[in-house]
Amino acid sequence: MKKLVIIGNGIAGSTLARWVRKLSEFEIEMISDESPLFYSRTALMYIFMGDVKLQDTYGYPQEFFEKNNIKLINARAEHIDVTQKVIQLKKENTEFETSYDYLVIATGSKPTFYNWPNQNAKGVQGFYHLDDLHTLEENAKNAKNAVLLGGGLIGIELAEMLQRRNINTHFLIREKWYWNGVLPNSDAELLTSYISKECPGLALETNLKKIEVNAQNEVIGVTTDTGQSITCDLVGIATGVSPNIDWLKETPIETDKGVLINPHFETNVKDVFAIGDCAQHKNPPQDRRPIEAVWYTGRIMGETLARNLCVESSVYAPGPWFNSAKFFELEYQTYGLVSSDLMKKENEIHFQCVLDSIHHKWITIALDRENNTFLGINSFGIRLRHEVFEQWLIEKKTTDFIVNNMTKAFFNPEFFKNYSRDIQMAYNRYKDEKNI
Amino acid sequence: MKKIYSVLGLTGLLSLIICGILSLAQSMVLAFSFSCMTLGVIGYGYELHKHHKNGVYQNKLSSRGFTAWVLGLVLCLFYILLYFYSSHLEPIIRLFDPLSANLSGKPATQWFVYGCLYTFSILVFGVKFLFKYRGNRYQQLRTLSVMFFQFIFAFFLPEIMARLHGDIPYYDFKNIWPLNYYQYDGWRVKQFVSSGGLGIGLLLFSVLSVFIISPILTYKFGKRWYCSWVCGCGALAETAGDTFRHLSDKSVKTWKLERWLIHVVLGFAILMTVAVVYSYLRSDYSKYVIRRQDFLWFILAVNGLLLYYLLKIKKTFLAKDARNGILLFGILLGGFVCYGLIAEPKHLFLLQSETLRKSYSFMIGSMFSGVVGTGFYPIFGSRVWCRFGCPMAAILGLQQKLFSKFKITTNGGQCISCGNCSTYCEMGIDVKSYAQRGENIIRSSCVGCGICSAVCPRGVLKLENDSPSGKLKNPLFMTGNTYSINTDVLNKK
Repeated sequence: MKKLVIIGNGIAGSTLARWVRKLSEFEIEMISDESPLFYSRTALMYIFMGDVKLQDTYGYPQEFFEKNNIKLINARAEHIDVTQKVIQLKKENTEFETSYDYLVIATGSKPTFYNWPNQNAKGVQGFYHLDDLHTLEENAKNAKNAVLLGGGLIGIELAEMLQRRNINTHFLIREKWYWNGVLPNSDAELLTSYISKECPGLALETNLKKIEVNAQNEVIGVTTDTGQSITCDLVGIATGVSPNIDWLKETPIETDKGVLINPHFETNVKDVFAIGDCAQHKNPPQDRRPIEAVWYTGRIMGETLARNLCVESSVYAPGPWFNSAKFFELEYQTYGLVSSDLMKKENEIHFQCVLDSIHHKWITIALDRENNTFLGINSFGIRLRHEVFEQWLIEKKTTDFIVNNMTKAFFNPEFFKNYSRDIQMAYNRYKDEKNI
Repeated sequence: MKKIYSVLGLTGLLSLIICGILSLAQSMVLAFSFSCMTLGVIGYGYELHKHHKNGVYQNKLSSRGFTAWVLGLVLCLFYILLYFYSSHLEPIIRLFDPLSANLSGKPATQWFVYGCLYTFSILVFGVKFLFKYRGNRYQQLRTLSVMFFQFIFAFFLPEIMARLHGDIPYYDFKNIWPLNYYQYDGWRVKQFVSSGGLGIGLLLFSVLSVFIISPILTYKFGKRWYCSWVCGCGALAETAGDTFRHLSDKSVKTWKLERWLIHVVLGFAILMTVAVVYSYLRSDYSKYVIRRQDFLWFILAVNGLLLYYLLKIKKTFLAKDARNGILLFGILLGGFVCYGLIAEPKHLFLLQSETLRKSYSFMIGSMFSGVVGTGFYPIFGSRVWCRFGCPMAAILGLQQKLFSKFKITTNGGQCISCGNCSTYCEMGIDVKSYAQRGENIIRSSCVGCGICSAVCPRGVLKLENDSPSGKLKNPLFMTGNTYSINTDVLNKK
């Protein structure tokens, strides 16, 4: 009987465990020191806001793991001996070890700090782990003013969370518009104007220069590169995440920013694999980044590695790109690739259609100017059907086809307005204007 | 601001009680009290939801804190007084005399007062709900619908009918047997029959509702057409109970309890009604156009057909314990009916039908649906009765599971397992456990309130009744992985 040990019980590791159990008789151990059970990281914000409880965010109940004979070990993996195939573990002050036939590293990410003066002061924190949630509870208890740094998804989560607690929030963003490294400028601009209404403390093109502390090393304010001083008792750092792999330095496992893997998720060491946020693909699939710190890709890697281990040799082969997020009350979904202005491909043009400016509903379709191929769609305030867009993207449908068949793709609750006519009309005008 | 509105609302409620006890001027008190309560609830709701705040676990009332227990206690006490010691409510009942006189021309009863408070709650908390879900048209229409049905069908029409046709019993069109278990009681049937064409029409309509109208509607829309668009119990749960919806228990254990409990109540309701009808029918045509024998043959035929349908045709849809339960009940009912046909006993089920009727009325009608069902809103959530006790929900649930087009679809691979859907499911369905596997949700208990879809942050859930095909979709890998298109994963094992 082969023994599989998974380090990390996030979406990647847990998905892997579930599928390996379905597809094999392997002995399975899953190690985590963060949380005894797999919880939804993306739901931490809802716990803080009092919408759900921690146990509501558990993917599977305790009994699920017992029933499926997946052994959970609540300890910290300290070191791996790849020749003996043994992992050293530590829980509080007890040290013990476990052996493996296959080892999978799925340790996720950690927040990235950029060496700001006083960044270790009390009241300065990132927001990624379960512990960060507890820290934030402490820090937010008596906080009146907060400064957030970083215009990504975690930053916007923090902004919503702190405002819910009536904490006056300054949200500093390096870029000209929120998320315009990912979104086309036209989308980023509309989104930024929405966010500035929800979070009046939004400050664009502003960087953190220094964190001010008092004698007790508690944060009392920040200075920005625009010369502004802001008094605050909480600083949230959300300037991105990086693979959580420092503990692997002493092992022969090859790393760069993340654990380096081939398309089969294999590292340079035999029988050691890596998946999820902590993995770095040496040869990523076309149009994919080497490191993908996204919930969905973690899950897909978990599924695929299970297939690779238990069914037949399989490589990482995600379908067309998709993602989703929520900015305050505004839902966002994307299918295919709508590039930011900087990353735009040759012939890629964007058709933006504002459907309801009061309630912030709009879509942007990326298409190929030459052959009308549909490249991708961003939708704000409108729900779209994943399966339909996946199929259309695989079949390389034309944009004309997409626009004429939008009704099939809407996923809004019943009685919502069907915007397909509006989209069609706007698209025809757009084509006339652009001469395509 | 929230505090001011709470005080205002409570002032309204207290003024009603105090002035009732002191027997003060009537219509002024009522107007004052109801205005205060309306302003209090709506104002509070506005303050709470103007920034889309939810935060139910940060509020003592909605997280089983001290105030929740106080409210639960007060509600239980109210129901006990209402059902069993209504004479203590007499002073308050008198406050409602002028209103009752205007509507039906009769003095107020405790049921009239209850009806007023009930309808009032649905209307004011309905407004709060409409505001909370202001961006969601499904929620808006559904809530307007329950407010309309409660106000017109349950409150207004029966009172007016009583004024126009004094001899027709109180009849709420939308209250269908077995939810209104008293519909075929002897005295009611007698009154319906003796009040001529309209009465007989209503009686026929009530039978059609059970056997024809409701199955067709459930086929087309799922049980939501009733439970979250029409029903009065549902209306209260969705409006006044909305604050407590997340308190429903999601464990598998409770699900198991629910399956047994609700179907036992249904069985009890059926036996009780058959016994009651049998007791007043005669073996000749002297009183009614239907004889005892005809009725028993009818029951036997329905019983047989249902057993064949459930255990033979729809076998794969039902779990083994469910099939065993159905078989046991079918044999029990069929046996007694045969015994009735052969021996023509005085009491069909050995007990007096009145004993059965009374114990059902006490245990299910009063204790379960009232005291436990509503009194415990702040502790067990808003749909305790609908989930564990309502025999009507049990019937519609079976129909929903067996032949309805209704389902909740999940959107490919978009689920992030955040747990909002399960948390806010008032029926205790662990929606997430299906969504995160990419499976459709087809559960007999789902009342189709659509809140799972409304609270989902990633646009994953959608209520649909487009087609019955693909109901049991159970994908291998979730959408977004190329291997999910090849369905050979498990075969290669």
